[in-house]
Amino acid sequence: MTVSEIAKKLNLAYYAGENLSGKNAKGCYIGDLLSLAMSRVMADNVWITIQTNINVVAVASLAEASCVIVADGCVPDDTTIEKAKEQGIILLGGEISAFDAAVALSEMGI
Amino acid sequence: MADGMKLQFVVDDGDFTRAGETSSKVKKTLTQLGFSPEVIRKVAIAMYEGEINMVIHANGGTIDVEISSEKILIIMQDRGPGIADIERAMQAGFSTADSKVRELGFGAGMGLPNMKKYSDEMEITTEIGKGTCVKLTINVKG
Ligand SMILES: Nc1ncnc2c1ncn2[C@@H]1O[C@H](COP(=O)(O)OP(=O)(O)OP(=O)(O)O)[C@@H](O)[C@H]1O
Ligand SMILES: [Mg+2]
Repeated sequence: MTVSEIAKKLNLAYYAGENLSGKNAKGCYIGDLLSLAMSRVMADNVWITIQTNINVVAVASLAEASCVIVADGCVPDDTTIEKAKEQGIILLGGEISAFDAAVALSEMGI
Repeated sequence: MADGMKLQFVVDDGDFTRAGETSSKVKKTLTQLGFSPEVIRKVAIAMYEGEINMVIHANGGTIDVEISSEKILIIMQDRGPGIADIERAMQAGFSTADSKVRELGFGAGMGLPNMKKYSDEMEITTEIGKGTCVKLTINVKG
């Protein structure tokens, strides 16, 4: 499935990377500890987190996540959004909880 | 392939906004040189963790990367406080990170274990009050 389909279904807003939303996504990791995410997020995964600082972009980029969903209405820092744009990272956000997002993704067959 | 290619980077103290940059640069270089995704992932993870540790725990320092078709060597030298008990520091979950950096998502105590897991050789030399040198080797299997 594409990031664009995910964003629509989960009612997420784009903070960065809307132009890349045709990208594919497969698999998902949920977590907020960066060094765990670093080793657990696999290429093309959706990464769901409540972290909002710039290091999210570094981890997403190095782990080659398909996109990042910032859950629970948390809002990424401006520097995070800037960096995501610069690095071509899709940064999404919404009120949805990590659990509800995961259930929806699972129903979509991720 | 680029046999004997050498890169050097300076990592600034406490600069979270730039942390991850040298790992990104090396990742890009390795991708251009045609290394396998597995090798690139190992280097990216191990190097990022080392880079972040230099920023959080050790006042910054330098990173040297040597790339050959056989192996990738990463030498991270910092000017930090040193590590009193390496064995303890290597344990998954051990962390002295303060609340400020924990808020940013660091401090799981998984950085050194990740470096160990994603490298083929890891050597730490450290001197209290002087600094720490972490040497990582990632083998390139044909
Ligand atoms: N370069 C270093 N200089 C001094 N101390 C270090 C250095 N690297 C690691 N340490 C010490 O070893 C501990 C464990 O490091 P490790 O990278 O595994 O975890 P962390 O950095 O605390 O958390 P995480 O990496 O999961 O965000 C650190 O908390 C710190 O006390
Ligand atoms: Mg660490």
